[in-house]
Amino acid sequence: MSEYQMNEKHAGMALDRGVQGVLGQPISRIDGLAKVTGTATYGLEHRIDNLAYGVAITAPIGKGRVTAIDTEAARRMPGVIDIIAGEASIPRETPVFGQKSAHGYDGKVESYGEIVGVAIADCFEAARAAAMAVVVTCVAEPGRFDIRDGEADAESPPEGALLPDTVIGDIDKAMGEAEVTLDVTYTTPPQVHAAMEPHGTIASWEGDRLTIRAPVQIVGGAIPVIAATLGIVAENIRVLTPYIGGGFGGKTMSADIILAAVAAKRTGRTVKVPLSRQQIFHVTYGRSDTIQRVRLGADRAGKLSAVGQDSLVGQKAGASQFFEPVALGAVALYAGANRSFTTRTAQVNLTARGPVRAPGEAVGMIGMECAMDEMAAKLGLDPIAFRKANEPEVDPSTGSPFSSRRLIECYDEGARRFGWADRRKRREGDWLIGHGMATASRVNFLAKSAARVRLGADGRALIETDMTDLGTGTYTILAQVAGESLGLPIGSVDVHLGDSDFPTGAGSGGSFGAASSASSVALACEDVVVELARRMGADPADMTLKDGHAISGNRRVSLAELVGGSPIEGMGTIQPGSTGQAFSQSTHGAHFAEIGVNAVTGEIRVRRMLAVFDCGRVLNHKTARSQAIGGMIWGIGYALHEHAVVDTRTGAYVNRDLAEYHVPTNADVPQIEAYFVEEIDRHANPVGAKGLGEAGISGAAAVVANAIHDACGVRVRDFPITADKLLEGLPPV
Amino acid sequence: MRTFDYARADTPEAAVAGFAQTGTRFIAGGTNLLDLMKLQIETPTRLVDISRLPLADIEEREDGGLTIGALVPNSDLAADKRVIAKYEMLSRALLAGASGQLRNKATTGGNLLQRTRCNYFYDTAAPCNKRAPGTGCAAIGGFNRIMAVLGTSDHCIASHPSDMAVAMRALDATLVTLRAEGGQRRIPIAEFHLPPGDTPHIETVLQPGELITHIELPPPPAGRQIYRKVRDRASYAFALVSVAGAVSVEDGRIASATLAFGGLGVMPWRDPAVERALIGQAPGSPAFEAAADALLAPAKGHGSNDFKIPLARRTLISCLRHLTGTSL
Ligand SMILES: Cc1cc2nc3c(=O)[nH]c(=O)nc-3n(C[C@H](O)[C@H](O)[C@H](O)COP(=O)(O)OP(=O)(O)OC[C@H]3O[C@@H](n4cnc5c(N)ncnc54)[C@H](O)[C@@H]3O)c2cc1C
Ligand code: SF4
Repeated sequence: MSEYQMNEKHAGMALDRGVQGVLGQPISRIDGLAKVTGTATYGLEHRIDNLAYGVAITAPIGKGRVTAIDTEAARRMPGVIDIIAGEASIPRETPVFGQKSAHGYDGKVESYGEIVGVAIADCFEAARAAAMAVVVTCVAEPGRFDIRDGEADAESPPEGALLPDTVIGDIDKAMGEAEVTLDVTYTTPPQVHAAMEPHGTIASWEGDRLTIRAPVQIVGGAIPVIAATLGIVAENIRVLTPYIGGGFGGKTMSADIILAAVAAKRTGRTVKVPLSRQQIFHVTYGRSDTIQRVRLGADRAGKLSAVGQDSLVGQKAGASQFFEPVALGAVALYAGANRSFTTRTAQVNLTARGPVRAPGEAVGMIGMECAMDEMAAKLGLDPIAFRKANEPEVDPSTGSPFSSRRLIECYDEGARRFGWADRRKRREGDWLIGHGMATASRVNFLAKSAARVRLGADGRALIETDMTDLGTGTYTILAQVAGESLGLPIGSVDVHLGDSDFPTGAGSGGSFGAASSASSVALACEDVVVELARRMGADPADMTLKDGHAISGNRRVSLAELVGGSPIEGMGTIQPGSTGQAFSQSTHGAHFAEIGVNAVTGEIRVRRMLAVFDCGRVLNHKTARSQAIGGMIWGIGYALHEHAVVDTRTGAYVNRDLAEYHVPTNADVPQIEAYFVEEIDRHANPVGAKGLGEAGISGAAAVVANAIHDACGVRVRDFPITADKLLEGLPPV
Repeated sequence: MRTFDYARADTPEAAVAGFAQTGTRFIAGGTNLLDLMKLQIETPTRLVDISRLPLADIEEREDGGLTIGALVPNSDLAADKRVIAKYEMLSRALLAGASGQLRNKATTGGNLLQRTRCNYFYDTAAPCNKRAPGTGCAAIGGFNRIMAVLGTSDHCIASHPSDMAVAMRALDATLVTLRAEGGQRRIPIAEFHLPPGDTPHIETVLQPGELITHIELPPPPAGRQIYRKVRDRASYAFALVSVAGAVSVEDGRIASATLAFGGLGVMPWRDPAVERALIGQAPGSPAFEAAADALLAPAKGHGSNDFKIPLARRTLISCLRHLTGTSL
């Protein structure tokens, strides 16, 4: 059993001695064939005999009380098995990350569309019709449907928050004394998850044991919440989640898991509860809107003396202590002696706010990186030169050294590849063409993760962990780590994920999944290698593993032979430790974009995007690139499209489907390139990879905004940037 | 379960005969109707499937026009060589709509009858005179970015979402129908759609059980053609503003003009005053501004859709420059 706690830099391992040559290779997903042929079975797709269906019944008010739930007519509809409504067992909404259990129904409604019951029937259509036939009578009360409504009694970060307020020096004084200052407010709107695969659960009971099939991105995190809500012990819950169609932070927990479990218990059937797209908008959590005041003060040469980003965000009253940590990316980004990075959370009556890809940076880097662009222009400096002039030696907020930071190389490499120096602002027909750049930064985490690796008599390795693959490529990179460590071709490694009976992995979230789970697999392989060496009679360091053989001195023995009748099992566990505090850890990057703005209509079309990331060791260049460009594309959406519009009369999202809640389509996505400057970051974790799942989105919306400004001269500070906001500043027709 | 009867019609006559019961609906591509049924915005008790009727041909007419079967898929119509050559604006309008998959399913007749995308129309908990007559209009005083600025009433401000219908309006199409009681009817597209007034739930002059069998296009208009769709993203978004048109110039004067607009009106919008402002004038800013004035004089914004008025002005003027080859 290899356990390692990151209290000091890791010294290297079998993975590093590996000569198989598979680590880092751009290998296509090993689960790709199963996915494109439809044999990868997602949560809701399991065919189970005698299945019953449940559909949530919701309350159509934003705040108030339910006074009556009339289920009479619905109960009499054909195919209806039961209707459970108005009981405390019904979860009102999805418990947010950090919330110990779901709030049960108690007659109160705190945000639009909360759940009041579930209709269960023999087929989905019957359940849906029954759910719609239930008459939910409510008394609406005035609610806080805008974060500004809660500004007066907004709360500071709680004790132990991920992003505590950071106030250093005196920013007001520094702003007063600086030769050049900028004090601007940026806003970003509420945004929702709406991953391709909708939320939904199949729940079944065998006696006291509950089996949940649902997309759950952190199995070990969800089980205690399910247990606490249902009042059962965690050991009696099994979660199966081998394939997930997009998680992005939105599938840490979901109300349908509880609804399905309650419905299955009551009816004695296996029950499937899918959420409709409209319900997903209201009963799963999204991202808070933000109001960000950004302050920058510098001397004429561009040296910053004041840097601040102070924000107001919202959270549903009573939901969780989670808040959108707006300044997470900016707090350690630029030097400057006087600093203020604070967050106030307003209590509102809107759907709970939880983690969405890069909580903090995804929206916070909009304010900071657009402001940096504005400030560079004020100073008459090239935006890269301005940033370089303020590149800190150590973390400017904590004083800690960086575990690794190659941001300057990202700027230089990106500028060279993009042709930054030769960019030319111009008009082509009706299109105004402009360019921009922005910095990416995403904090790096490590999470406790365990994995088992078993080398069998057939010479194949089997990896087991309840780690998940959200579509990110976990299956593939773990196979690569084991292949490299054990000298096996990828085809000789089997990977089983997403089953709570396996050792508890980190799960997918916060960009810690790849590095944490890869480290646990690499550590488990250490055990296997030590045992192989013992059987070879060699020192592990002197033994080479390649193509399924161990080589030591002049002996070459197949692994199958070494295993013989006794399979070799390794267990690896990585634990975060003091390097997490001792070193400031982040993935960095530089974005570049070329944009066209239609001079007549203000329509915006991104023409090309390029980014370079410093993300530690790259475990697979193909899946890494996919993560990076996926984030960049989402950045286009945050710049131009995504906006969950709240009707402030009712608290409801108005555009709650994918026809009207816009995300980029293929036609909106331009030529897009991502590159990496690699370095094995030994302070971060044993495999030396830094998080990449979220770095791509950090700064990606800002680069689009900065290029729009370059193209047409209009600076929009309220996102998303839509044609109507540019019209007034466009040339006459 | 909400059950409904389903019958597939083999002939147009059988299709309309099947309408004896109330609560009956035709279903063609189903791309609009099924979505609405799932949300219980439409709750028919009987569906007559017309998708297999022999109405999927495009034929040339003696007058140089085209007769288009009501079941011609949007994709096929857009790709038809004769349409591309003579009715470019129609082909472009179709390709600007929805997505490839939807266009493969969507039919010519169904497209003309697609219902509004008003957000509140889709929310059965919201008041909506179009969906539930007499309940009010949530879009007035609410979020109305995509709603109409022309032809609205105090009862409904929903915009008509179709692209194809805008081109059809500029092209002076005529709908040919088979009436429930038998017998054909010819309805000029100008008379087909109805403004909301105080009955926004009545959207066209079509009578219950009346089947659109064909759409006739007269010979193409003179001059260059355009379909310009302004939208929030590059694909798969309804028009904020669209312009379908053809303008011809002779001896330095605008000889003919036909212009219709999408995204702006409660129905595919055409206003003779716009064309009057252009015909006989020299192409150039004064005439173009006058045309925009004529179009937008009656326009009324409702808050979040105010921007459509300046956007329409700019788009129209730019289109007119393009159509007449006039630079700034
Ligand atoms: C996400 C999405 C995006 C879209 N984007 C666009 C867009 O950008 N631009 C655009 O123009 N459209 C767009 N559409 C709408 C699409 O064009 C329509 O749904 C389609 O044209 C309807 O045709 P259909 O044959 O599927 O109609 P159906 O859904 O079958 O029928 C629609 C209605 O017409 C009636 N009907 C159909 N045929 C006849 C007939 N022959 N006689 C009498 N009544 C008939 C039906 O009874 C029904 O009431 C979009 C649709 C979706 C779902
Ligand atoms: S604009 Fe028309 S469709 Fe929309 S809510 Fe009002 S009445 Fe209903």
